[in-house]
Amino acid sequence: MSDLFAHAQPLHGLVGGVMIGLAAALMLLGAGRIAGVSGITARATGLADSGMSRSSAWMFLIGLPLGALLAAALTGAGQAEFGSWPMLVVAGLLVGIGTRMGSGCTSGHGVCGVSRLSQRSMIATATFMAAGIATVAFTNLAGAV
Amino acid sequence: MHVARRFLPPLLSGALFGGGLSIGGMTDPARVRGFLNLFGAWDPTLAFVMGGAVIVMAIAWRLQARMARPLFGERFALPDRTDLDGKLIAGSSLFGIGWGIAGLCPGPAVASLALAPAAVLPFLAAMLVGMAAARLIPEGRRALAPQGS
Repeated sequence: MSDLFAHAQPLHGLVGGVMIGLAAALMLLGAGRIAGVSGITARATGLADSGMSRSSAWMFLIGLPLGALLAAALTGAGQAEFGSWPMLVVAGLLVGIGTRMGSGCTSGHGVCGVSRLSQRSMIATATFMAAGIATVAFTNLAGAV
Repeated sequence: MHVARRFLPPLLSGALFGGGLSIGGMTDPARVRGFLNLFGAWDPTLAFVMGGAVIVMAIAWRLQARMARPLFGERFALPDRTDLDGKLIAGSSLFGIGWGIAGLCPGPAVASLALAPAAVLPFLAAMLVGMAAARLIPEGRRALAPQGS
């Protein structure tokens, strides 16, 4: 049993999750907006015509790496490993098209929408989770990644 | 004061969000892929991340329902679509495939700009190209977006 989930960090996960929830709550109750990162990114870069003000979108996007940097410094987190750049480009293209077509990503649908019991968000979340699980299973089988 | 009221909430929200992503392990693609590896050595950590975030936000939605306006704004501007369409399913599927390949979604990718910029820049650049390409896909019944910029 302990061997099965050898690398799990449930407490870190829960603390991180509560922080993400508080961040999204601050956006909702403070600014009256959804903290959906794909939508905010599109808004900041001018790829979306509606949403929060572009200055607010940029403030949020600047905050993301600042917070991550601070947390990593405090927790002494090690350097993560990323894939090869051609693979990252393919994945980035799919994530970019998919999040705009599907009106959201893990934050907008998965956190803000699911907690609101939005039917669209629950279906979107189930869909991208299933697609992600299938993709990881396939790449593991193929030994491609 | 006015500038602080306008800029501080989104900056603080972003920083808290980025800190949560880092502590929760979402900025580590191996951990994300471990969570999606349901048929292998499954790592349940991200279930705790999503669970924690959803519980806090469920409380926030209850508070929101009692508020006439947001604390630092004039009005709530929230998604109101309830229709289910093919674009929602197709888009979410494409997103899930990309998420599974790289172990990265938009939030952790942007947050990782401070931790591993050389690694996430190709992903983010391609993501913006993908977002721009998605604007060319017609909506069906209505135009995707008013033509402007």
